[in-house]
Amino acid sequence: MRIGLELSSIHRSRWTDYAIRFIFGGVITALTGLIAKRYGPGVAGLFLAFPAIFPAGATLIEKHEKEKKRQAGFDGTSRGRAAAGVDAAGAAMGALGLIAFAMLVWRFLSHHSTAVILTIAGLAWLAVSVLAWWIRKAI
Amino acid sequence: MKELIVRFLIGGTLVSAFAFVGDVLHPKSFAGLFGAAPSIALATLGLTVITQSMGYAATEARSMIAGSIAFFVYASIVSHVLMRYRTPALATTLTLMLVWFGTAFGLWFVWIL
Repeated sequence: MRIGLELSSIHRSRWTDYAIRFIFGGVITALTGLIAKRYGPGVAGLFLAFPAIFPAGATLIEKHEKEKKRQAGFDGTSRGRAAAGVDAAGAAMGALGLIAFAMLVWRFLSHHSTAVILTIAGLAWLAVSVLAWWIRKAI
Repeated sequence: MKELIVRFLIGGTLVSAFAFVGDVLHPKSFAGLFGAAPSIALATLGLTVITQSMGYAATEARSMIAGSIAFFVYASIVSHVLMRYRTPALATTLTLMLVWFGTAFGLWFVWIL
Protein backbone atom coordinates (compact mmCIF):
# COMPACT_ATOMS: atom_id res chain seq x y z
CA MET A 1 0.00 0.00 0.00
CA ARG A 2 1.41 3.39 -1.03
CA ILE A 3 1.82 6.23 1.41
CA GLY A 4 0.87 9.63 0.04
CA LEU A 5 -0.69 13.03 0.59
CA GLU A 6 -4.43 13.69 0.38
CA LEU A 7 -4.62 17.49 0.34
CA SER A 8 -8.37 17.49 -0.35
CA SER A 9 -8.92 16.55 3.32
CA ILE A 10 -7.82 20.09 4.27
CA HIS A 11 -10.89 21.49 2.52
CA ARG A 12 -13.18 19.02 4.29
CA SER A 13 -11.98 20.25 7.71
CA ARG A 14 -13.49 23.38 9.24
CA TRP A 15 -11.52 25.85 11.34
CA THR A 16 -13.46 24.63 14.39
CA ASP A 17 -11.96 21.13 13.89
CA TYR A 18 -8.46 22.58 14.22
CA ALA A 19 -9.50 24.89 17.07
CA ILE A 20 -10.87 21.95 19.09
CA ARG A 21 -7.60 20.05 18.75
CA PHE A 22 -5.56 23.16 19.59
CA ILE A 23 -7.61 23.70 22.76
CA PHE A 24 -7.51 20.02 23.83
CA GLY A 25 -3.75 19.84 23.22
CA GLY A 26 -3.14 23.11 25.07
CA VAL A 27 -5.35 22.18 28.00
CA ILE A 28 -3.78 18.75 28.54
CA THR A 29 -0.23 20.23 28.31
CA ALA A 30 -1.15 22.90 30.88
CA LEU A 31 -2.90 20.29 33.06
CA THR A 32 0.21 18.09 33.01
CA GLY A 33 2.13 21.01 34.50
CA LEU A 34 -0.48 21.45 37.23
CA ILE A 35 -0.56 17.69 37.97
CA ALA A 36 3.25 17.71 38.28
CA LYS A 37 3.07 20.54 40.83
CA ARG A 38 0.31 18.83 42.86
CA TYR A 39 1.23 15.13 42.61
CA GLY A 40 4.84 15.11 41.37
CA PRO A 41 6.53 14.04 38.12
CA GLY A 42 5.66 10.35 38.58
CA VAL A 43 1.94 10.90 38.09
CA ALA A 44 2.33 13.78 35.61
CA GLY A 45 4.52 11.61 33.35
CA LEU A 46 1.60 9.25 32.71
CA PHE A 47 -0.26 12.11 31.04
CA LEU A 48 2.55 12.73 28.53
CA ALA A 49 1.00 9.77 26.67
CA PHE A 50 -2.63 10.68 27.34
CA PRO A 51 -4.82 10.24 24.23
CA ALA A 52 -6.08 13.82 24.57
CA ILE A 53 -7.07 14.56 20.97
CA PHE A 54 -7.71 10.96 19.96
CA PRO A 55 -11.54 11.10 20.42
CA ALA A 56 -11.72 14.38 18.46
CA GLY A 57 -9.61 12.92 15.63
CA ALA A 58 -11.59 9.67 15.44
CA THR A 59 -14.89 11.57 15.39
CA LEU A 60 -13.62 13.80 12.61
CA ILE A 61 -12.58 10.82 10.48
CA GLU A 62 -15.97 9.17 11.06
CA LYS A 63 -17.72 12.39 10.00
CA HIS A 64 -15.59 12.94 6.87
CA GLU A 65 -15.97 9.34 5.69
CA LYS A 66 -19.72 9.46 6.30
CA GLU A 67 -20.04 12.70 4.30
CA LYS A 68 -18.01 11.22 1.42
CA LYS A 69 -20.31 8.18 1.24
CA ARG A 70 -23.46 10.33 1.54
CA GLN A 71 -22.33 12.40 -1.44
CA ALA A 72 -22.09 9.12 -3.37
CA GLY A 73 -25.65 8.24 -2.34
CA PHE A 74 -24.92 5.80 0.48
CA ASP A 75 -25.62 6.01 4.22
CA GLY A 76 -21.95 5.85 5.22
CA THR A 77 -22.48 5.44 8.98
CA SER A 78 -20.93 1.98 9.17
CA ARG A 79 -18.11 2.92 6.78
CA GLY A 80 -17.32 6.03 8.85
CA ARG A 81 -17.02 4.02 12.05
CA ALA A 82 -14.82 1.42 10.36
CA ALA A 83 -12.55 4.21 9.05
CA ALA A 84 -12.19 5.52 12.61
CA GLY A 85 -11.28 1.95 13.64
CA VAL A 86 -8.55 1.78 10.98
CA ASP A 87 -7.17 5.11 12.24
CA ALA A 88 -7.15 3.70 15.80
CA ALA A 89 -5.14 0.68 14.61
CA GLY A 90 -2.55 3.14 13.26
CA ALA A 91 -2.55 5.00 16.58
CA ALA A 92 -1.79 1.71 18.37
CA MET A 93 1.33 1.38 16.19
CA GLY A 94 2.19 4.99 16.99
CA ALA A 95 1.90 4.15 20.69
CA LEU A 96 4.65 1.54 20.25
CA GLY A 97 6.80 4.39 18.98
CA LEU A 98 5.82 6.43 22.05
CA ILE A 99 7.20 3.64 24.28
CA ALA A 100 10.55 3.90 22.45
CA PHE A 101 10.45 7.72 22.76
CA ALA A 102 9.84 7.57 26.51
CA MET A 103 12.52 4.92 27.12
CA LEU A 104 15.18 6.95 25.29
CA VAL A 105 14.32 10.16 27.16
CA TRP A 106 14.24 8.33 30.51
CA ARG A 107 17.63 6.65 29.99
CA PHE A 108 19.61 9.46 28.34
CA LEU A 109 18.12 12.88 29.18
CA SER A 110 20.04 13.27 32.44
CA HIS A 111 23.43 12.89 30.74
CA HIS A 112 23.03 14.61 27.36
CA SER A 113 21.75 17.79 25.70
CA THR A 114 17.95 18.11 25.93
CA ALA A 115 17.58 19.25 22.30
CA VAL A 116 19.67 16.34 21.01
CA ILE A 117 17.85 13.70 23.09
CA LEU A 118 14.37 15.03 22.22
CA THR A 119 15.31 15.11 18.51
CA ILE A 120 16.70 11.55 18.59
CA ALA A 121 13.70 10.33 20.61
CA GLY A 122 11.33 12.00 18.12
CA LEU A 123 13.06 10.27 15.22
CA ALA A 124 12.96 6.97 17.13
CA TRP A 125 9.19 7.46 17.58
CA LEU A 126 8.79 7.88 13.82
CA ALA A 127 11.06 4.93 12.97
CA VAL A 128 9.47 2.47 15.42
CA SER A 129 5.93 3.58 14.49
CA VAL A 130 6.51 3.24 10.74
CA LEU A 131 8.27 -0.12 11.22
CA ALA A 132 5.41 -1.45 13.38
CA TRP A 133 2.87 -0.20 10.81
CA TRP A 134 4.79 -1.83 7.96
CA ILE A 135 5.14 -5.18 9.81
CA ARG A 136 1.41 -5.14 10.67
CA LYS A 137 0.54 -4.50 7.01
CA ALA A 138 2.89 -7.26 5.84
CA ILE A 139 1.50 -10.03 8.07
CA MET B 1 0.02 31.74 35.39
CA LYS B 2 2.46 32.83 32.69
CA GLU B 3 3.97 29.32 32.62
CA LEU B 4 0.50 27.78 32.19
CA ILE B 5 -0.26 30.05 29.24
CA VAL B 6 3.09 29.19 27.63
CA ARG B 7 2.37 25.47 28.16
CA PHE B 8 -1.11 25.91 26.66
CA LEU B 9 0.18 27.70 23.56
CA ILE B 10 3.14 25.36 22.91
CA GLY B 11 1.05 22.24 23.60
CA GLY B 12 -1.82 23.44 21.41
CA THR B 13 0.53 24.32 18.55
CA LEU B 14 2.45 21.02 18.61
CA VAL B 15 -0.70 18.90 18.91
CA SER B 16 -2.33 20.80 16.02
CA ALA B 17 0.80 20.46 13.86
CA PHE B 18 0.98 16.67 14.28
CA ALA B 19 -2.81 16.40 13.77
CA PHE B 20 -2.53 18.40 10.54
CA VAL B 21 0.19 16.06 9.22
CA GLY B 22 -2.05 13.10 10.08
CA ASP B 23 -4.98 14.74 8.25
CA VAL B 24 -3.20 15.03 4.91
CA LEU B 25 -1.63 11.56 4.87
CA HIS B 26 -3.15 8.40 3.51
CA PRO B 27 -3.82 5.50 3.90
CA LYS B 28 -5.83 6.09 7.09
CA SER B 29 -3.99 3.42 9.09
CA PHE B 30 -0.68 5.24 8.37
CA ALA B 31 -2.17 8.65 9.18
CA GLY B 32 -3.32 7.12 12.47
CA LEU B 33 0.32 6.93 13.63
CA PHE B 34 0.16 10.69 14.14
CA GLY B 35 -2.72 10.29 16.57
CA ALA B 36 -0.08 8.91 18.94
CA ALA B 37 2.64 11.46 18.18
CA PRO B 38 4.75 12.65 21.13
CA SER B 39 3.31 16.18 20.83
CA ILE B 40 2.37 16.70 24.50
CA ALA B 41 5.62 15.05 25.61
CA LEU B 42 7.77 17.30 23.40
CA ALA B 43 5.98 20.41 24.67
CA THR B 44 6.12 19.36 28.33
CA LEU B 45 9.61 17.84 28.59
CA GLY B 46 11.36 20.83 27.02
CA LEU B 47 9.61 23.23 29.40
CA THR B 48 10.21 20.93 32.40
CA VAL B 49 13.97 20.90 31.78
CA ILE B 50 13.93 24.73 31.72
CA THR B 51 11.71 25.21 34.80
CA GLN B 52 12.76 22.17 36.88
CA SER B 53 15.69 19.88 36.07
CA MET B 54 16.77 17.09 33.72
CA GLY B 55 16.28 14.52 36.51
CA TYR B 56 12.70 15.73 37.04
CA ALA B 57 11.99 15.43 33.29
CA ALA B 58 13.58 11.95 33.21
CA THR B 59 11.22 10.85 36.03
CA GLU B 60 8.29 12.09 33.95
CA ALA B 61 9.60 10.15 30.95
CA ARG B 62 9.82 6.98 33.07
CA SER B 63 6.13 7.23 33.91
CA MET B 64 5.41 8.06 30.29
CA ILE B 65 6.43 4.48 29.43
CA ALA B 66 3.43 3.25 31.45
CA GLY B 67 1.20 5.87 29.80
CA SER B 68 2.39 4.77 26.35
CA ILE B 69 1.69 1.09 27.05
CA ALA B 70 -1.77 2.17 28.22
CA PHE B 71 -2.21 4.13 24.96
CA PHE B 72 -1.30 1.01 22.96
CA VAL B 73 -3.85 -1.12 24.87
CA TYR B 74 -6.50 1.63 24.60
CA ALA B 75 -6.05 2.23 20.84
CA SER B 76 -5.98 -1.52 20.08
CA ILE B 77 -9.28 -2.07 21.92
CA VAL B 78 -10.88 1.03 20.35
CA SER B 79 -9.85 -0.23 16.90
CA HIS B 80 -11.27 -3.70 17.56
CA VAL B 81 -14.58 -2.38 18.91
CA LEU B 82 -15.07 0.14 16.09
CA MET B 83 -14.28 -2.33 13.32
CA ARG B 84 -16.13 -5.31 14.84
CA TYR B 85 -19.24 -3.63 16.32
CA ARG B 86 -19.34 -0.33 14.34
CA THR B 87 -20.26 1.70 17.45
CA PRO B 88 -20.22 5.56 17.33
CA ALA B 89 -16.62 6.84 17.40
CA LEU B 90 -17.06 9.57 20.03
CA ALA B 91 -18.93 7.38 22.54
CA THR B 92 -16.48 4.49 22.01
CA THR B 93 -13.31 6.54 22.36
CA LEU B 94 -14.58 8.39 25.44
CA THR B 95 -16.00 5.32 27.24
CA LEU B 96 -12.88 3.26 26.62
CA MET B 97 -10.75 6.06 28.10
CA LEU B 98 -11.31 4.13 31.33
CA VAL B 99 -9.04 1.45 29.84
CA TRP B 100 -6.26 4.02 29.50
CA PHE B 101 -6.68 5.22 33.09
CA GLY B 102 -6.87 1.65 34.45
CA THR B 103 -3.83 0.43 32.53
CA ALA B 104 -1.69 3.54 33.11
CA PHE B 105 -2.31 3.81 36.85
CA GLY B 106 -2.23 0.01 37.26
CA LEU B 107 1.22 -0.18 35.68
CA TRP B 108 2.35 2.85 37.68
CA PHE B 109 1.30 1.23 40.98
CA VAL B 110 2.88 -2.13 40.12
CA TRP B 111 6.05 -1.01 38.40
CA ILE B 112 6.97 2.52 39.40
CA LEU B 113 5.46 3.27 42.80
